[in-house]
Amino acid sequence: MALDQSFVGRSYPPTDPYEVGREKIREFAAAVGDTNPVYSDPEAAKAYGYPDVIAPPTFVFAITFKAAGQVIEDPQLGLDYSRVVHGDQKFAYARPVRAGDRLSVVSTIEAVKSLAGNDVIDIRGEVHDETGEHVVTAWTKLVSRAPEEA
Amino acid sequence: MAAQIQYADVEVGTELPAASFPVTRATLVQYAGASGDFNPIHWNEKFAKEVGLPDVIAHGMFTMAEAIRVVTDWVGDPGAVVEYGVRFTRPVVVPNDDQGGLIEVTAKVAAKLDDNRVRVDLTAMSAGQKVLGMSRAVVELA
Repeated sequence: MALDQSFVGRSYPPTDPYEVGREKIREFAAAVGDTNPVYSDPEAAKAYGYPDVIAPPTFVFAITFKAAGQVIEDPQLGLDYSRVVHGDQKFAYARPVRAGDRLSVVSTIEAVKSLAGNDVIDIRGEVHDETGEHVVTAWTKLVSRAPEEA
Repeated sequence: MAAQIQYADVEVGTELPAASFPVTRATLVQYAGASGDFNPIHWNEKFAKEVGLPDVIAHGMFTMAEAIRVVTDWVGDPGAVVEYGVRFTRPVVVPNDDQGGLIEVTAKVAAKLDDNRVRVDLTAMSAGQKVLGMSRAVVELA
């Protein structure tokens, strides 16, 4: 079933702040096998001019994707999440995410399309810190595959 | 921002040092915990096959995270990455053996932009197939 075009442009309320912790960054860097000390050693981060350790570029996805759950689980939209695959992902960074950030996300539906029976939805997540400074924008394309013909 | 590569020292076509990233089932369990993505297609072979996949597959975001390491290792300061985007074209299949899968990443400078920025185009392969498409980063050099 094609998704409702009227959802294009809809924004959802800002999420409660996610507090970025040093140990969570360290855990993520270890999980991707990245030993760059800027992720684990505050002194190394300071040498690059940061107030604390920074997060790897894709770390913020965990926060924006959780926020996108507001869209995915919106019963009015009616996306069949069991058939969803991740199509594209893009980030534009104003600055790196760093330990101590309290990040809030506003998700907006940028596009809703039907392609070859698949529902395609583009969600933009604008991430701000608690001072209101823009940190990163994340664009996520989700594809809900059409059910196979019986 | 403290990139260790000089804008003046790179040209269109400059190749970044390539790298290969192994991925086993244990890697995926660790990444699931760190990222909070517990979709069973990334750790449950029975479930993955039931939904039509050849085997357990790596998280697309794991592959994306590994690919950008070619850029962040090159430039030194990961905060120099100002844009990064990919298309997930094919899954990285992770067999349940000692070797698992391998993500092989190459990258080169595709364009020199204003403000000391360059566009880097990445290629990520696994088992002979391209796993990321349109994989591009914009990086601010010194």
